[in-house]
Amino acid sequence: MAKRCVKVYPRFERFWHWSQVLLISALLFTGFGLNGLHGILPFGPTVMLHTITALALLALWIFATFWLFTTGTWRQFIPRIDGMLQVARFYAYGVFKGEEHPYDKVLWRKHNPLQAATYFALKWFVFPAVWVTGLLYLTYNAWADMVAGSTAIIAVVANLHLLAGYVIAAFIIVHVYLLTVGHGFRSHVKPMITGYDEIDLTPEQEAYLETNEPQRLM
Amino acid sequence: MPLSRRTWGAALTALAFMSSPVMAEEQAAQITAPTANKSPTKPSHATADHTKFESLKKAFNSGPEVTEACIACHTEADDQVMHSIHFKWDYTHPETGQKLGKSNVINSFCGSVAGNEPRCTSCHAGYGWEDMASPPPQQSTAVDCLVCHDRSGQYTKTATGAGHPALDPVKPGTKTITGAMAWPVDLSKAAQSVGLPGRDNCGNCHFYGGGGDNVKHGDLSSALYAPDKSVDVHMSPDGQDFTCSTCHVSDQHAWAGSRYAVHASDPEGTGLPGQRRDVATCQSCHGTEPHAATNIKGMKLNDHTDKLACQTCHIPEFARGGVATKTKWDWSTAGKRDADGKSYHESNFIQSDGKHLHTYMSIKGDFDWEENAKPIYAWFDGQVEYTTGDMTIDPTKRVEVNRIKGDPDDGKSRIWPFKRMDGRQAYDTKLNKLVYTHVWGPTTDTALWTNLDWAKAIEAGMKAAGQEYSGEFGFVDTYMYWPTTHMVAPAEGAVECAECHAKDGRMEGLTGVFMPGTDSMNLTGILGRLIVLATLLGVLGHAAIRILWGSKSKGDHHG
Repeated sequence: MAKRCVKVYPRFERFWHWSQVLLISALLFTGFGLNGLHGILPFGPTVMLHTITALALLALWIFATFWLFTTGTWRQFIPRIDGMLQVARFYAYGVFKGEEHPYDKVLWRKHNPLQAATYFALKWFVFPAVWVTGLLYLTYNAWADMVAGSTAIIAVVANLHLLAGYVIAAFIIVHVYLLTVGHGFRSHVKPMITGYDEIDLTPEQEAYLETNEPQRLM
Repeated sequence: MPLSRRTWGAALTALAFMSSPVMAEEQAAQITAPTANKSPTKPSHATADHTKFESLKKAFNSGPEVTEACIACHTEADDQVMHSIHFKWDYTHPETGQKLGKSNVINSFCGSVAGNEPRCTSCHAGYGWEDMASPPPQQSTAVDCLVCHDRSGQYTKTATGAGHPALDPVKPGTKTITGAMAWPVDLSKAAQSVGLPGRDNCGNCHFYGGGGDNVKHGDLSSALYAPDKSVDVHMSPDGQDFTCSTCHVSDQHAWAGSRYAVHASDPEGTGLPGQRRDVATCQSCHGTEPHAATNIKGMKLNDHTDKLACQTCHIPEFARGGVATKTKWDWSTAGKRDADGKSYHESNFIQSDGKHLHTYMSIKGDFDWEENAKPIYAWFDGQVEYTTGDMTIDPTKRVEVNRIKGDPDDGKSRIWPFKRMDGRQAYDTKLNKLVYTHVWGPTTDTALWTNLDWAKAIEAGMKAAGQEYSGEFGFVDTYMYWPTTHMVAPAEGAVECAECHAKDGRMEGLTGVFMPGTDSMNLTGILGRLIVLATLLGVLGHAAIRILWGSKSKGDHHG
């Protein structure tokens, strides 16, 4: 095994990530404004901004899903029990004692097991909840006539949408905080900007990359 | 020109309408007729020039004489008008079966027409209706063609003449239906000027309902003779320059638009070109998807049309354009006299133009006024039910003189804006019914405005209306609702989203509709805040332990 500086985040993935940062921040800001938490922007323009941003994010997700499946990157997000306890123990205890993070990135596992499980839950439950309720919310007039009690249904839909928004806000707080754990904030953010990170490569992987994808090695 | 029009309007309204039954001190100086219309005449598209008609080139001695000349050619017009609500003042509601119309209902303003005929019937579209107990006069010449069709601007009815115009010699002190000092009308000039009604023809009666400028409706005032575009985008000479009948389309002297049975929603929209002559709805011109659906904003605004009437957003306030409306009328305080035992008045409301409006009158009681007033909002299916004189009321509660009916789930109700009139008016304390009151009558010893005696005024009013009366009366608090549908602002003046989509917004308390942005502290809001708060505390706690523990055990592990 050798630690090498390898490009782990290709251009699209970085674009995906930072676009999400921008769009989700805008959605949370406008969404909470519409909910009445603040009145920084006028309501009408906020509705437009929220709607357009949401549609842009949906488009991005469609591209990202396509990319995940065509490149096989989706495997990165499959949760694994193996090693999860150690990571959990590290965050709950080891980190205070200054221990090293128990997980070492490998080429096909950019995320530690706890991270992967979180992303799995986010991608399969929270994000779908937010866009399903969001689309129902947006298209209320298209279905209101077809179901009984649409006024009550839209209230439930809106509340689920709001709850999902709060959960995403909570995720972002933890997500940003955890960047400060381990190797530190800068070294965690840098790969998502440059694309390159220190990875343990097997001799085979190293040989493969040197032969076939030399541009991925620094 | 707009300045002089305004001055003219102010002069009109400066005269207290119906306020001084005895006007002996008025100077006998001849009042001259206005030389121009209050609302400008539009180019005529008519194929006839009435100045060239031999039958109109003569001196007329009365209104009915003019009508006789009109119907010599317009053979069906008298019959058509006589069957219209403008003439009958009688309306049987198609759904509730209630007998409504001015000849029947009681309101919270001057009460009732019955008992006060020649005063109230001064705005009848006919001549000589002096007793509500009988139907209006039935001879063909009893129809008043000129009140709607005069375009000379100098035809007017006197305030107390049962519909007849002011003719030479005008008795000194006579007033017109708009409260101005009356001038002698030139009937020949009026007859030769006829055309389609202008805003002034309708407005001279409808702007002064309830006893003065904008008193009753709130959205119909002298400001609409020639309004600024910001006051009424359709009726402004700088906007569409609509007359009333541009929207209130007519067919054979029957007009679209009723306050008793309103089209609260209109799913039909524009119909085929030229097709719809039976509705005065916004949708009949603007369609059912009035906002441009080519962008998200327009689509989202169109999404509101299943819950809201157009008026709800597009009439941000009523009583705009500088004329206030009466919002409270407490009849119970009427009758007070000053130190000399005479009736008196106070004028403590100052309108935006500086004019002082009555806030107390011995003959009428206490008033409140509002200018640029925010409506109240309610679900409305278009049907209005009245508390008529034969209905029993519960005097322990506030009585609704009329009730706005509506149901969020019936598919046709919409949230509408209303002026809510706050009233306190007389009722029979034994029979628990609203009473008819005889208020006007300069020569009777029973009229309230002449004698300041409620007992006599009610007894005479009930007698005139042919109603049973116990002889005992009291006063009850009332509400009366007036749908707000005029004074449509330009698009940029529409109600801002946040006026409703906010805590304590305009529609606070209205049920049957989900309103985003009104309740961020509901259960989900609290739960969400707790989740975020717990996360923040967890992260901060984690960070704090890291820092504390880290400083304590520094250098222990990285060897």
